[in-house]
Amino acid sequence: MEMTRRDLLKKSGKFILLTSAAAAAWEYVLAGKAEASPNYDVTKHWWAMVIDPEKCIGCGNCVRACEAENDVPAGYFRTWIERYHVGEDLDHPQVDSPNGGHDGFPEKFKDSAKTFFIPKLCNHCADSPCVQVCPVGATFVTPDGVVLVDQKYCLGCRYCIQACPYGCRFLNPKTNTADKCTLCYHRITQGLTTACAEACPTQARVLADLKNPKDPIHEFLRTHSVQVLKPQMATHAKVYYKNLDGSVR
Amino acid sequence: MRVLLLLSLGVVVFLLVRRVVIPANFGKYGHFRPAAMDEIRSRAIKFAGNQACEACHSDEAEVKSRGKHANVSCEACHGPLARHAEDPTSIVPNLPDTAVLCARCHEANQAKPKTFPQVATKDHSNGEACKTCHKPHNPQIGG
Repeated sequence: MEMTRRDLLKKSGKFILLTSAAAAAWEYVLAGKAEASPNYDVTKHWWAMVIDPEKCIGCGNCVRACEAENDVPAGYFRTWIERYHVGEDLDHPQVDSPNGGHDGFPEKFKDSAKTFFIPKLCNHCADSPCVQVCPVGATFVTPDGVVLVDQKYCLGCRYCIQACPYGCRFLNPKTNTADKCTLCYHRITQGLTTACAEACPTQARVLADLKNPKDPIHEFLRTHSVQVLKPQMATHAKVYYKNLDGSVR
Repeated sequence: MRVLLLLSLGVVVFLLVRRVVIPANFGKYGHFRPAAMDEIRSRAIKFAGNQACEACHSDEAEVKSRGKHANVSCEACHGPLARHAEDPTSIVPNLPDTAVLCARCHEANQAKPKTFPQVATKDHSNGEACKTCHKPHNPQIGG
């Protein structure tokens, strides 16, 4: 059969129109179930954390709570505590973290040098290097300011682990994907605080919502001297430390 | 003519594959799969939170609120108990051993804040359980 140019255009036009309709229907099928917490509006929150090192007693409750809440494999940490021992050389403090502070800190220093604990976790940077380097869009910042890892999309290439300036990521040996603090996203979206903040006996760490005008963080940030880790990296970290010692890296 | 047909077929195949490969709503909030947020959100909760504890244990909460441990959450000492909160009769937690538990916070350590009450447990009680003298919910003796 001879086919004119007009026929061809008509037929291919119909074909394209019909397949795109089928594709739209397919997308509708794929769209899946509704959100897990329907009352939670991601656009109305901007999560952060405030840490007061002067309250931290190095008990390790946060590390154990995180492990229990998030099934963190032994020897890996989504949050951990460091002990700083600052002698005369301010630029070279002695830092230790036996088992991430999971089992507390045995007394080690007997001199009078300044010694204190610094709890650490993912800084949930607003401008995060780990998100920028992910080649497959598996790590991302949610609209409410939490950096998460999509376990189904992560290839385990470890690029983000190298990119994080704070060493907050690790490769989970069970899943072979990048793993990190989720700021207990499953808890904070249901009105609870994070497991580490819940278990902290001295309120050394407190969850804060920067988009909530009633959150006490606003007054806290106004009335206290507050720093972030490695500000020179311009990551816009959202874990704020009160009166952070200059020796802390 | 045949080139045009092949080209349009190629375009259609590309569009179809693209539809199937790219997850639903990809790009809704950014360069990621929004369903991942829901997957993370649907994880099980292990720490029930103080409100859940106080709903039943209001008497203990009242004792605690009068003492130095008023701001310490229940699960800081008792551990994660969301399963107990859901099913209080069949899942009953063990009481923590105060000889081990209290020392986790109160064992003397140079790095702890100077204002935080600390003891060298060996000298202080010689291994005796702390609750012999101190009530954990209101630890001041006679409090």
